[in-house]
Amino acid sequence: MNLDKEPINLIITGVGGQGNILISKLLGQAFMEEGYTITIGETYGATQRGGSVASHVRISKEKVPYSPVTPKGRADIILGLEPSETMRMVTSFGYEGTMVVTNTRPIHPLEVAIGEVEYPSQERIEACMKELVDRAWYVNASDIALGLGNALLTNIVMTGALMGTSLLPLGREKIERQLKLTFKGGKQAVNLEAFELGYTAVT
Amino acid sequence: MGIEINKPGSMELLMGNEAIARGALEAGVGVATAYPGTPSSEIITNLGKVAKKMGLYVEWSINEKVAVEVAAAAALSGVRSISAMKQNGLNVALDFLANLVLSGINKGMVLMVGDDPGAQSSSNEQDSRDLAKAIDIPILEPATFQECKDMTKWAFELSEVISNVVMLRSVTRVSHARGNVILGELPAEKNRAHFDTSKKYRGIGGVAAGLHQAVHEKSKKVAEIFESSPFNFYSGPEKPGLLIFTCGSGWLYTMEAIRTLGIEGSVGVAKLGTTWPLPHKFIKTNLARSERVLVIEEVDSFLETNLKEFVVDHMPGYHKFYGKTSGHTRPYGELNVDMVMGAIASLLSMEYVALSPEYEKKSREVAAAWVPPRTSQLCPGCPHRATYWAMKDALKKDGRDGVVAGDIGCYAMGVFPTGFSQINTIHAMGSGMGVASGLGKLDIFGFKQPVLAMTGDSTFFHAVVPPLLNAIHSEADVVLVVMDNSGTAMTGFQPHPGTDKGASGEARPKVSVEKLCESLGVPVTKVDPYDMAATKKAFYDVLQDKGKTRVIISRRECALIRANMQLGPIAKMHIESEKCFGDDCGCNRYCTRVFKCPGLMWDKEAHKARIDEAVCTGCGVCVGVCPQSAIVAEAIK
Ligand code: SF4
Ligand code: SF4
Repeated sequence: MNLDKEPINLIITGVGGQGNILISKLLGQAFMEEGYTITIGETYGATQRGGSVASHVRISKEKVPYSPVTPKGRADIILGLEPSETMRMVTSFGYEGTMVVTNTRPIHPLEVAIGEVEYPSQERIEACMKELVDRAWYVNASDIALGLGNALLTNIVMTGALMGTSLLPLGREKIERQLKLTFKGGKQAVNLEAFELGYTAVT
Repeated sequence: MGIEINKPGSMELLMGNEAIARGALEAGVGVATAYPGTPSSEIITNLGKVAKKMGLYVEWSINEKVAVEVAAAAALSGVRSISAMKQNGLNVALDFLANLVLSGINKGMVLMVGDDPGAQSSSNEQDSRDLAKAIDIPILEPATFQECKDMTKWAFELSEVISNVVMLRSVTRVSHARGNVILGELPAEKNRAHFDTSKKYRGIGGVAAGLHQAVHEKSKKVAEIFESSPFNFYSGPEKPGLLIFTCGSGWLYTMEAIRTLGIEGSVGVAKLGTTWPLPHKFIKTNLARSERVLVIEEVDSFLETNLKEFVVDHMPGYHKFYGKTSGHTRPYGELNVDMVMGAIASLLSMEYVALSPEYEKKSREVAAAWVPPRTSQLCPGCPHRATYWAMKDALKKDGRDGVVAGDIGCYAMGVFPTGFSQINTIHAMGSGMGVASGLGKLDIFGFKQPVLAMTGDSTFFHAVVPPLLNAIHSEADVVLVVMDNSGTAMTGFQPHPGTDKGASGEARPKVSVEKLCESLGVPVTKVDPYDMAATKKAFYDVLQDKGKTRVIISRRECALIRANMQLGPIAKMHIESEKCFGDDCGCNRYCTRVFKCPGLMWDKEAHKARIDEAVCTGCGVCVGVCPQSAIVAEAIK
């Protein structure tokens, strides 16, 4: 599978602090080096303090850049770092052809933590995805990251998973190159490993 | 890799604000100043990082007025300068700016204002263009990341041609988005400052009217220069059925809407990078293409109104304008591609449906109902939650229905349930103390409620000192609460006079809030909000101390600073499950329902409270919250 359309709309979603901006920069940089025109827009929910965060990455071959927010119903890929945020994005930007790659580990919003609201079960989430999108991949990226000793690696595991789906017209080595440029020293090896584990989790 | 890389012609993926900072560097800027404010902060953050290497002076000023004054000093002395702020900041700076445009400057000075359509991180969504026009400042509006850089550079040149300030107006979606930017040259020369003392820059002494006239004359010259600006251009058929006039972020939305609808052949787009004063020839040539004009812009109908006025004077007769006044777009909130497609489709009598109604229905039924809300909250371990908790307790005990005048910062969350809904008023930087100063004088009208004003440390320096002096001198019966968390947390921890670092990390003398207050003769009480019992008592005692202005400093570093410094938890928290009666307790989940720290969770299976170890910072504040004393802290040594 390889998306070849104009533009490719990718939304990376999660909760403030999960590092989705880093993913958008890694991917954006790699695509730009391949000659694409990139626009990355960031949208925050009510607050940056643990609120919803989404990066809209718009990948195009045209010269005039696309706008920083994907129009309704036009997200080709939704990469979710947090399952309920993935659902939120599907309901606002998804369409029948949307592909979803999502982490399965929830970060409970305050309303859930204090018992006022129920968090959707994994079965419920999967049922919704079956109804609404073309295909969904589920990765327990947080556990993989914790296995590597650091929950903060979740975003890199998810980046690996995204590349593992081969949805994007970009080779995995291009992202690995960006990882090597971004991380130096001891951090490099563990980030490459996180990427690899994410990659193999979906292939 | 930063904005200072010396590789002309190379392509970088830059954030709009980084591109603006790069543009300033390419223009040979010498001085950069700002007061932090989303979405403008990254300009000075990035310039601060390269200050040493590039020989710049960069500062986070105490407020926007001072920021512009410091930048103007450079521009008066032959050094190019930039000052950045958000839309609210322009209000603060306006007093000085309205006079600066009369005196003029001697070297290039750019005023960068980041507007926030939709007020995503602001208390309003003011359109700063109206204010700039009111005081005759030329306006440039970048539409792309490349333009952010190129226009900034050009703005300096224009500023020098007219010896006056030029405004660069960006919006959140441009400033905070990222895209391709091709770099230009960095200049080699060093800046040299000298103030020519034979010159007088002034508006007083009966010269203001004459200077005002000269500024109007200059405006004509600016409009003339704008005729040949590369940032104004037309694309589309010679004689389109519909002509769109647009600027800034509106252009990206418009171009995408046209591509998506596939109507390149019938709709023309006149893009203006220079929105005030209007370049007459450019406007005339393009308006002549079609009688039907749709204007796409954010937020107010600035361009639309000015175009209409232009038409009345210069091309009276037959044009029909669509946009905000006709209801085709909204005169408030953010634009997006869907809205622009909707406006175009309705004018062309086209059918456009973003999403099949079946999909929308299905998505609402199967998913949307299950998506839990994620609302604003104070971080786990936030010292403000503790301060508000103590305040709430003291006000309740006091029983006189105390009024709390709030201010701008993370602690503004005090209007919402996670700050226990303590704040009653919230407006502009420093207004909490100003409003409180007024409330504290209402006793002659029978006002008997105690009054508290809230402020953070950065806001204290920015705008609270004058109203504090006002309250002291007028003997207002007020308690000023300075919630000092050692940084400008809301915008990313920029330094301020109360911290010991400058914009580039250099050592700076610290101004002490307590010494300043004490020197004014007001009683000052200091508390650590993590010490809940002492804080509650201090609040109560200070409230009883009627009749004069007094200050409480509630000091504890922001939880994010603790996290960044890897200070680790103060205590290990747990719930003694035999003491927690859970759902059977009369408290009705008091800890989670009312106290609302994200570190506390309700365990559905056990029907009891639980500490979420991944989230809890161990601040220990929740210990006293549980009526059964089930929440326990074990000190970590
Ligand atoms: S950033 Fe700091 S001050 Fe702001 S809510 Fe979080 S802990 Fe509180
Ligand atoms: S100790 Fe209590 S108040 Fe502090 S972070 Fe943990 S749960 Fe929240």
